[in-house]
Amino acid sequence: MRIRATTIFRVFASFVLFATFVVFVSAQAPSYKVPRTPDGQPDLQGFWSNATYTPLERPDNVSKEFYTPAEAAAVEKAAASRETEQTEPGTTADVHYDFTQFGLDRSQATLARTLRTSLIVDPKNGKLPPITPEGKKILAARAEEAKKLGGRWDSAQANQLDDRCLIMAGSGPPMMDAAYNSNYHIVQAPGYVMILTEMIHDARIIPLDSRPQPSANVRQWVGLSRGHWEGDTLVVETTNFNGKNPFRGSTEHMKVIERLRRVADDTIEYNFTVDDKSMWERAWSAEAVMRKTTGPLFEHACHEGNYGLYNTLVGARLEEQKAAEGAAKKDSK
Amino acid sequence: MRNQFLTRVTVAAIATCVATAVALVTAQTGGYRAPRGPDGKPNLNGIWQAINSANYDIEAHSAAPSPVLELGASGAVPAGLGVVEGGTLPYTPEALKKRNENRANRLKLDPEVKCYLPGVPRATYMPFPFQIIQSQKHIMLIHEYAGAVRTIYMADQTEAPADSWMGWSNGRWEGESLVVDTKGFNDSSWFDRSGNFHSDALHVVERITARSADTLNYEVTVEDPKVFTRPWKMSMPLYRRVEPNAQILEFRCVEFVEDLLYGHLKKPPSQ
Repeated sequence: MRIRATTIFRVFASFVLFATFVVFVSAQAPSYKVPRTPDGQPDLQGFWSNATYTPLERPDNVSKEFYTPAEAAAVEKAAASRETEQTEPGTTADVHYDFTQFGLDRSQATLARTLRTSLIVDPKNGKLPPITPEGKKILAARAEEAKKLGGRWDSAQANQLDDRCLIMAGSGPPMMDAAYNSNYHIVQAPGYVMILTEMIHDARIIPLDSRPQPSANVRQWVGLSRGHWEGDTLVVETTNFNGKNPFRGSTEHMKVIERLRRVADDTIEYNFTVDDKSMWERAWSAEAVMRKTTGPLFEHACHEGNYGLYNTLVGARLEEQKAAEGAAKKDSK
Repeated sequence: MRNQFLTRVTVAAIATCVATAVALVTAQTGGYRAPRGPDGKPNLNGIWQAINSANYDIEAHSAAPSPVLELGASGAVPAGLGVVEGGTLPYTPEALKKRNENRANRLKLDPEVKCYLPGVPRATYMPFPFQIIQSQKHIMLIHEYAGAVRTIYMADQTEAPADSWMGWSNGRWEGESLVVDTKGFNDSSWFDRSGNFHSDALHVVERITARSADTLNYEVTVEDPKVFTRPWKMSMPLYRRVEPNAQILEFRCVEFVEDLLYGHLKKPPSQ
């Protein structure tokens, strides 16, 4: 009897997990009618999350395009436990952050689940296209430049962009899971769609009036975006990147085309194409989702509170000083 | 006879009411009625900018040399008649002392020098444009300087969940005016480059009213009992950036201040 009860519970639990996946990843209800803003735009407004465990590129040991709901649940569970393992009390990683306590893992995030094994859908193998000979030269030149900056703690500039509070992965475009706080607030006004990224309060204002692209002399970390509606789909084209925040290796020549379409009250389909012939032999495309989440977004004053960068630089200089003093003592003996 | 008298009284009463209402609106807007958005509310959408020297000093001030020798005239301070009602800020004696210390150490202490978020109301009159994205539940103020963002909650209003640089704003419509009530500030932002400051008890009420197709009235009431002896007001017009291609561009100044903030912590070049 006891055994049977446990079995029933297990079956029930598995069913719930599968059901969750089936519900969360189900395609557009054909009857869904996209609500409109008072000025008649398809209404994308609200708070959204693109937090996901689905990688951009398909893992090497996976060959199919979609997992079954059971496989997807298992992959998610494994990834989630890898994240929480970082908080094992007494480990080095735990000294830095308790990931689960502050939701720095995805345990408290609204997950934008998909059955896809990779966000990349084109090329069909779910991997980035081959790098061009020019791209290889660019990557080598970048590595040379990085070497000149020395080690990570030699200067602020030698550090990662996110540790410098300059920009985070969520800002895009393309907008990607930012590891934590992968939250967005979309607000629309006549002629504009505004997408605010929670991380470093990056607000992208997309004009919809088909104005021409500005001069190539104006280059931005997030590029310059122009949008228009194709039926219910918001199409956003972005160029004029400064190339200082390479997306998987991209250059300042990158063009990103994003397509946002609300397919259910709680879901936006987010597809994008990246074209950068300086880096890749051909354009490539990915399909992701944004899931409705609860607001509000909080002020992410990253730079203002960046004690981490300051303290690590101070620490590195003190270590060097100590080492130098130790060496001097040895010499004098 | 009696009916005629009543009619006259009624007409007079209505006329008085209308006149009063018109006078009220006129006092706010000089008689201007803003075009309505698709939701029937005054349409304040647009890219706006202050044209004055309030960011140097919100009080009246003379022109002054640049605090940085190398910048010469290009870094000098333009004079201004001030934007504060009554001319002088009502500091407590201790607060005035601190303001003067701030002013003397401006290059070290002004959060703008460090590319920190500008706070409110300073964000509005910095020498950068900002865009109003006006929707029904939320009105966004997106500032070019440091990419500062304010969300004005027109619905689902709550108290500030935590202190922040840009505060927590709840808004409402009062006739022609958007009235924004902001609290939940930290004590770290300034009003200008002259050391005028506030505490975390700051409470700002802004009243934004269209005064013509391309100008707004911006009126602010500031309350901070830890720093000022009474509430005070400032006001100024804001101007629409009418260029057909006007847009908020990126002023991601964090990168520009890294050597200033962390340069002394660089690894010295090895011998």
